[in-house]
Amino acid sequence: MAYLDHAATTPMLDEALEAYVATAREVGNASSLHAAGRRARRRVEESRERVAAALGARPSEVIFTGGGTESDNLAVKGIFWARHDARPERVRVVSSAVEHHAVLDAVDWLVGHEGAEAGWLPVDATGRLDPERLRAELTEHGGRVAVVTSMWANNEVGTVQPVAGLAAVAAEHGVPFHTDAIQAVGQVPVDFAASGVSALTVTGHKLGGPAGVGALLLARDVAAVPLLHGGGQERDVRSGTLDTAGIVAFAVAVEAAVKGQQEYAARVAALRDELVERVRRAVPEVVFNGDPADRLPGNAHFSFPGCEGDALLLLLDAQGIACSTGSACSAGVAQPSHVLLAMGADDDRARSSLRFTLGHTSSGADVDTLIAALPAAVERARRAAALRTPR
Amino acid sequence: MRVLAAMSGGVDSAVAAARAVEAGHDVTGVHLALARNPQTYRTGARGCCTLEDSRDARRAADVLGIPFYVWDMADRFHDDVVDDFVAEYAAGRTPNPCLRCNEKIKFAAVLDRAVALGFDAVVTGHHARLGPDGLLRRSVDAAKDQSYVLAVLTRAQLDRSVFPLGDSTKAEVRAEAARRGLAVADKPDSHDICFIADGDTRGFLAERLGEAPGQVVDALTGAVVGNHSGAYQYTVGQRRGLHLDRPAPDGRPRYVLSITPTTNTVTVGPAEALEVSAVRAVRPVWTGGPRPDGPVECEVQLRAHGDVVPAAVSVDADGLHAALRRPLRGVAAGQAIVAYRPDPAGDVVLGSATITT
Repeated sequence: MAYLDHAATTPMLDEALEAYVATAREVGNASSLHAAGRRARRRVEESRERVAAALGARPSEVIFTGGGTESDNLAVKGIFWARHDARPERVRVVSSAVEHHAVLDAVDWLVGHEGAEAGWLPVDATGRLDPERLRAELTEHGGRVAVVTSMWANNEVGTVQPVAGLAAVAAEHGVPFHTDAIQAVGQVPVDFAASGVSALTVTGHKLGGPAGVGALLLARDVAAVPLLHGGGQERDVRSGTLDTAGIVAFAVAVEAAVKGQQEYAARVAALRDELVERVRRAVPEVVFNGDPADRLPGNAHFSFPGCEGDALLLLLDAQGIACSTGSACSAGVAQPSHVLLAMGADDDRARSSLRFTLGHTSSGADVDTLIAALPAAVERARRAAALRTPR
Repeated sequence: MRVLAAMSGGVDSAVAAARAVEAGHDVTGVHLALARNPQTYRTGARGCCTLEDSRDARRAADVLGIPFYVWDMADRFHDDVVDDFVAEYAAGRTPNPCLRCNEKIKFAAVLDRAVALGFDAVVTGHHARLGPDGLLRRSVDAAKDQSYVLAVLTRAQLDRSVFPLGDSTKAEVRAEAARRGLAVADKPDSHDICFIADGDTRGFLAERLGEAPGQVVDALTGAVVGNHSGAYQYTVGQRRGLHLDRPAPDGRPRYVLSITPTTNTVTVGPAEALEVSAVRAVRPVWTGGPRPDGPVECEVQLRAHGDVVPAAVSVDADGLHAALRRPLRGVAAGQAIVAYRPDPAGDVVLGSATITT
């Protein structure tokens, strides 16, 4: 078994799991006034402080949520609504063409239901969004833009965006800038205040915490209209009883991931480079996607010419190797990746790609397993792809 | 063997996959996405193609502990089955889309891809027997027998097919599904054509072929006895829904005898004029043994779940000819003629071909 899909989810850290179990044994609703409630609240607030300290934010800027998709939706829709309410001419949402569906579809929903218009900014062949593109967009539409959102690092091809540069351009025009940093935290240095962003999404299960818990860091001067109404928890921005155990484990994981980031990145990037080098030797015609230097340490993304990614995935899965086509699924039917298409790949190249992502439990043995199985899988996948009727 | 189990989300294919696992095969489940725009939930008696069916198939695969993938065959299905269905009706014939799907999709596109990926065979939940002798036989459950829609398969296709359900009745399959904890155990049977969501075949055809008004002519008198809005809305042997302007001179019911696309004419006549004793068919396959040199005495079936009659069948590379020992009514061009050799261990499929006259 070689687990090469850490970008989908990564195993929980032991210390996070232990913190989770210990906290889950305790009773207490963080909103209750009695002793049990106070104990839970203390755990939540300590966790808030730990997350804030690890990510360069103030505790009051940490809003705990049910995970990355919720945080993205809250940022995109919530900031849009607040800014649009303040000035009705602010109808435009600016984003990149390579966002995760949690952002992409939230923007599309605003366009379809709330009268928003979208400004999709193109990326270069590595998937990078040039801050000058954003400058041109804001120079043209500045007064009408409600929010700008761009991911910190791409979940498919691993390219790291020039977030500080993008945030600076947005700040020049007085437009709030949200970044989905789900793939970035623990992988590359992430500092909320220093980056100049107004809102930042982080989630637990990509960095060794539990799934179903995350946070939106939201600057104190940025308003967001809530998605969820109820008990008024989390600055009234996110109602719902707090998941004390999840939050505690999340904070432990964030702290550990950030503290160990440099050492982790050096180790995993070296392993990743070995994987890339050996894949290239095993399959010389492979195309390496994404930015060669400015990328997530654990990410290796390839197109295998003449193959279909799903066929390769099936064949590698049968050999105990877990990887991803990185593409969106509806009923499990693979669509060509919008990220690859935005990077200028044609349909065939987009469909021929496969993502291998390493993480804190990865070792050289995982790479050995992959390299042992890959050439035969590529050959078979090629034979299968050759059967496709030309259309 | 390393086998690929086609899993529609229904009870039959789930149990077939389970039996393949139990037989010791290395089984991978695949759901075929056949609809370009799948609906969310199942409606009516369709057996596949919604997202709910896809999830049912996935759930069954998870219970069996086998890998599961969805293969997008929507374009192939549309070209080879749906377009073919419409074109056949437009040409005055009556196609069988399930048969075409077996011939072109399940045991062609899917099988070829499976073989290329290193699988040895495809497993399906069809009710038919295929034993070590390589002969395709009727299911023990006569009411559920699907050998008719599989008879189009060639020797090469049969050699890479596994039908684990042929020795069981549908009731046994359902009971086994329940015993195995498969949630699809009591899912309703599918009857309708899977790509016609509302079951309205005429409406489906009218949408694609448009209105094409023409005449309904009586075969005996040559008189125009009615009008129609599209000859494709009729099938040979049909009695209901003819909307004739006047009764036939002899006062007896009229049936569709033939459809002539060139003149857009539907010809009707009395029941006995429907009777056919000689059948010609093209694109023959012969899998029940070496192709015979002369006529073979056997039984033939000319439509799904239709009557079986004795016949003398001759076959060559170009076509098949059957002399029926007892005339049959309602023989429609486009349907398959399937020849069976009666056998106490299950009637054996000898071969099949597509009826022209």
